[in-house]
Amino acid sequence: MQGIGMEALVAGAIGIFTFVGTYLMLRLRSFPVILGLTFLSYAVNLFIFAVGRLKPGADPIVGQTEIPTDPLPQALVLTAIVISFGMTAVIVMMGLGAYFETGNDKVDAPPGKDGTPEDASDDPAGLEPAPEARQ
Amino acid sequence: MSGAGMGHLIIAPVVLPAVLAGITLLFARNRPGLARALAGAGNAALLVIALVLFNAASGAGPELYRLGDWPAPFGIVLVLDRLSALMLLMTAGLSMAVLLQAMATGWDRRGVHFHALWLFQLMGLNGAFLTGDAFNLFVFFEVLLIASYGLMVHGGGGPRIRAGLHYIAVNLVGSTLFLFALATIYSVMGTLNMADLAVKLRDLPADDVALMRVAAVLLMLVFAVKGALVPLHFWLPGTYAKAPGVVAALFAVMTKVGAYAAIRTGTMIFPPDLPATGPLLGQMLLPAALLTLAVGAVGVLGARSLPRLAAYAAIASMGTAFTAIAGFGPQAIGAALYYMVHSTLAAAFLFLLADVLASRGAVWLDGDLAAKGPRLPGPAAALFLAAAVACAGLPPLSGFIGKLFVLQATAPEAAWVWPVVLGGSFLMILGFARAGSNLFWKATGPAPARPLGLNELAIPGLFLLALAALSVLAGPVSDWMAVTAGHLVDPEAYIAANRLGEGA
Repeated sequence: MQGIGMEALVAGAIGIFTFVGTYLMLRLRSFPVILGLTFLSYAVNLFIFAVGRLKPGADPIVGQTEIPTDPLPQALVLTAIVISFGMTAVIVMMGLGAYFETGNDKVDAPPGKDGTPEDASDDPAGLEPAPEARQ
Repeated sequence: MSGAGMGHLIIAPVVLPAVLAGITLLFARNRPGLARALAGAGNAALLVIALVLFNAASGAGPELYRLGDWPAPFGIVLVLDRLSALMLLMTAGLSMAVLLQAMATGWDRRGVHFHALWLFQLMGLNGAFLTGDAFNLFVFFEVLLIASYGLMVHGGGGPRIRAGLHYIAVNLVGSTLFLFALATIYSVMGTLNMADLAVKLRDLPADDVALMRVAAVLLMLVFAVKGALVPLHFWLPGTYAKAPGVVAALFAVMTKVGAYAAIRTGTMIFPPDLPATGPLLGQMLLPAALLTLAVGAVGVLGARSLPRLAAYAAIASMGTAFTAIAGFGPQAIGAALYYMVHSTLAAAFLFLLADVLASRGAVWLDGDLAAKGPRLPGPAAALFLAAAVACAGLPPLSGFIGKLFVLQATAPEAAWVWPVVLGGSFLMILGFARAGSNLFWKATGPAPARPLGLNELAIPGLFLLALAALSVLAGPVSDWMAVTAGHLVDPEAYIAANRLGEGA
């Protein structure tokens, strides 16, 4: 009974994290999007941890306990945590950069007003809008 | 390690750029000349190593490299086979040429750490092509992605950084899906070594079939994000159009990582004759591939700027490649490999050319804006014509031969392939013709202040030579691809090379 309770708790947590992450990820400002991606990575980290099966009181080392737990998911989840941490740092920097460079934190490119092509900033030389489009 | 084989040379394509990138980062930060020398020498060495490995893999069967000498499936292994050797050679060759172009156009001096990021990018790409472990594939994906984030925003600017934000967000979601897929696979199979998975999946208990089907589809979704398959392609046009042209040219091989991973998993881990998944993956990939081809072709026709035109041409070429990959048979995979080499070269060619033209103000393809564009010299127009011929798949260049192989390899029941591939080619011809006439014939502006020199057009010309060579040598090349596809479809040698029994 206790085991089932823990499984329900972990499964529920993964589900809620995924739900929250997906919802936030679809927002229109970069800060909620980054938060959403972070929640998604929490969800997947918990999920990886749980695929080694949930066993209370079992060590991941053979010989320490009667039935050891699988150590590999713990190694995998450590790798995943480190990578998602690094990636979050990168996207936070990029979000800040976009905010300071463009003056707002909207995820969308600015809408095409007065006939401005939405790809007006495609010019890779200066990334400036075309002279006509800039007015 | 085995004495007669390649030994430690197999890991050199991963270790060499990693070490050089670190050195570049530490000692060449304020010495652009030294950074250029390190990256150039490293890339040339990688090309030599790739040639040696390619030669070895062509002659002998797959060769194993155990990291730390831990036996598979417990340790991580690298496996050199014909496919990974081909991808290594393609990456090293492309990156060498594009790096020279980056130096010729001065792109590498518009921000710090360009060369270090470039080397890290190569490390990730090479590792992804070599690894025989699914989780390690994820790690190398992340290595190549994090380097590509830096390269993509190289040179800075608000719109570019915003496009970079989209690119990172999409790829983070892709990475999360990848982890969900891998964790599901591990929870059922208890292993992530690709060869071990291939063996164990053959006797999958019926209770676990549903979970593995979910995992297989999740995995394919991740590779579809990387390969920019519709409807998961939305990240590509903005990213490739806003990235520096030389970086976009290198990224021509990034979408091929998705294609490579799809081929590897679809032929070895989840082959069409596997009872658990059956032809599921091919059935899902084929409609998406045809839709990708159609969307890419329409995008080429409708693009308003030259970089965006090149980006949609890249999407269309991925559609064609995945149309062949979805067959997962020997003939289809052989056709896909030939077309992938062609489309990498053609896309890089077009991106480099678009970058050179755009640096002279020839960006816009719309009537009014195009008319104000600069008048450009004949050689540039001739090169654009050649790039258009290559990308649209017209004779005499290899795009035509590649599409012919793809069409020949389609199963008779896939009736939609012929009309979509041919109709898509027609739309692309129209799109390129419109772009070319607007860029070169209707432009009435003054000639660019900085004339287009031979130094900037030499490397794009080199790509044209490579495409011509691929066309002339289509016979031997496609024979080589056919043998490779045969090995992929019958992966027993690859599995045996992993020496799975030894660790038990």
